[in-house]
Amino acid sequence: MKIRLENVVKTFDTFRAVHGVSLDIGSGELVALLGPSGSGKTTILRMVAGLEYSDGGHIYFGDQDATDIPVRDRGVGFVFQHYALFPHMTIGENIAFGMKVSKLKRSTEEIEARVKDLLRLVKLDGLQDRFPAQISGGQRQRVALARALAVDPKVLLLDEPFGALDANVRRDLRRWLREIHAELGITTLFVTHDQEEALDLADRVVILNGGQIVQEGTPEQVCRQPNSAFVMRFLGDTNSLKTTVANGKAQLPAGEIDAPGCPDGPAEVFVRPGDLDWASDGAGIPADVHQVLDRPGNRRILAATVQGDTLEFDVAPETVVKAGDRGMVRIIRAKVFAAG
Amino acid sequence: MRRNVLPGLRLSLGVTLFYVGLIVVLPLAALVFKAASLGPADYWAIVSSPRAVATYRVTVLCALAATVFNLFFGLALAWVLTRYRFPGWRFVDALVDLPFALPTAVAGIALTALFSANGWFGAALAPLGIKVAYTPLGIMIAMIFTSLPFIVRTVQPVLEDLDPALEEAAQSLGGSDWTIFRKVILPLLKPALLAGLSLSFARSLGEFGAIIFIAGNKPFETEITALLIFIRLEEYDYQAAAAIASVLLITAFSMLALTNFMQARALRYTARG
Repeated sequence: MKIRLENVVKTFDTFRAVHGVSLDIGSGELVALLGPSGSGKTTILRMVAGLEYSDGGHIYFGDQDATDIPVRDRGVGFVFQHYALFPHMTIGENIAFGMKVSKLKRSTEEIEARVKDLLRLVKLDGLQDRFPAQISGGQRQRVALARALAVDPKVLLLDEPFGALDANVRRDLRRWLREIHAELGITTLFVTHDQEEALDLADRVVILNGGQIVQEGTPEQVCRQPNSAFVMRFLGDTNSLKTTVANGKAQLPAGEIDAPGCPDGPAEVFVRPGDLDWASDGAGIPADVHQVLDRPGNRRILAATVQGDTLEFDVAPETVVKAGDRGMVRIIRAKVFAAG
Repeated sequence: MRRNVLPGLRLSLGVTLFYVGLIVVLPLAALVFKAASLGPADYWAIVSSPRAVATYRVTVLCALAATVFNLFFGLALAWVLTRYRFPGWRFVDALVDLPFALPTAVAGIALTALFSANGWFGAALAPLGIKVAYTPLGIMIAMIFTSLPFIVRTVQPVLEDLDPALEEAAQSLGGSDWTIFRKVILPLLKPALLAGLSLSFARSLGEFGAIIFIAGNKPFETEITALLIFIRLEEYDYQAAAAIASVLLITAFSMLALTNFMQARALRYTARG
């Protein structure tokens, strides 16, 4: 099922949560809404679900205008951040709930068989008689997904699905959700504030800030061609150096950097920690090492340039460097955006 | 006793147990002791006398009816107070506690004045052939009035803490409002409803001040057990008073035990394991 958002607006009592968002989601696509808190991503998801009515614009499911269809008739599966499992029902009863209350009448055997199938799909066979309080967070989240899938939704919506889980469980569930999506091919939209989760999981990432879409594209597009300082900063660690742009070139002490499309005037150069090179002498920006942080895959150097900018960058684990050393930093790759 | 990090355990436990013993257990024990000083035959003769049995019937039936009424009305009131904000909300919320705060005799006099044959309500109901004052109906209304806060105040906090996502989840799964209320909200309120119900019933059983003004107190018809105890006391028949009181005590205890048991069953799902 294709989903189209057309200039959707939502205002809460005093502030505007969503300022005219338009978005096309292809049938079977797995799309992440990524943004910091307050960026309106959850509000958008809730409007798609029908848990919130939009104040303007339209939401289409396929060719049907779904803007005013109430949630119970919209045919969406919604997975809540804190699972929202019915605590007084067993896992089996939770999953069967949607089938039992549906207008479409199913026989008891049919429902039981479907519950079994879904439990197998989410790898929780044999747990149907437990209560939600008796299983782990990761298991609860999988039950919540099974419950949402039980009613054959046209669209699957997940609100920070792994937000409340610890890192390892999160990584496992991510892989597992990808597999389920590949198996079922259901159009899926999920909200997250975790860039890694969005980039790992989604076919397409929609980055939001202040109730507006800042950039959308495949993980490759948004990582390689960030369109703004915000996206650059939000997607990962970055260093920024103040600079001025003249004739499409950013001027730095170590030389010029191409700044395509950047207007002349004050600007910032953004460099990822992996895109800086360190040498004890040679060409580059002179810098003093303040601290060396050892990590499993590399050593991270915190250094200050003579101009006073702080730089963070990673070097190979065998590099010999300690606090107080002076050396040269060379920029391998950088993005330049006009100073906001 | 296991060592505890928090200080003052022994002292606070000692004071608490002493206080509970002095204020709660001792009087009840004295009551049982007094009643037990009668022989079994005398005890039985007193508690099963036709007049006493008539008071049990009136008291228990009226208390049950009042509790059932408050169950529905109290739930509705708690629902409205939690789910909606309207002008005067604060006032209504405060009014709920009034039956707690008001001396019950005041309530009794007010209700009697309203429902007597020439009172506002009494005069309006008389042409319909409904008599409230000096009938069991009056006893029920007095009980409803005095035990109203229990259900409201036990259900309200639970309703307030109910995660809205539960209802949203049920909606997204296609549940109608009525289905969601019946299958999701009501089962989660059940323990609180049971707690409120047992308190409300126990209070109704023992209510005295509010009832005696409106009841008429006709033996075998509108005489409540608490009044019969009082009458026996006035006759200096302490043993009979204690015997009849012990019946009320046992009834209230049984009700508490039953609802506690049902509450534990209703909360089974919270057990980890």
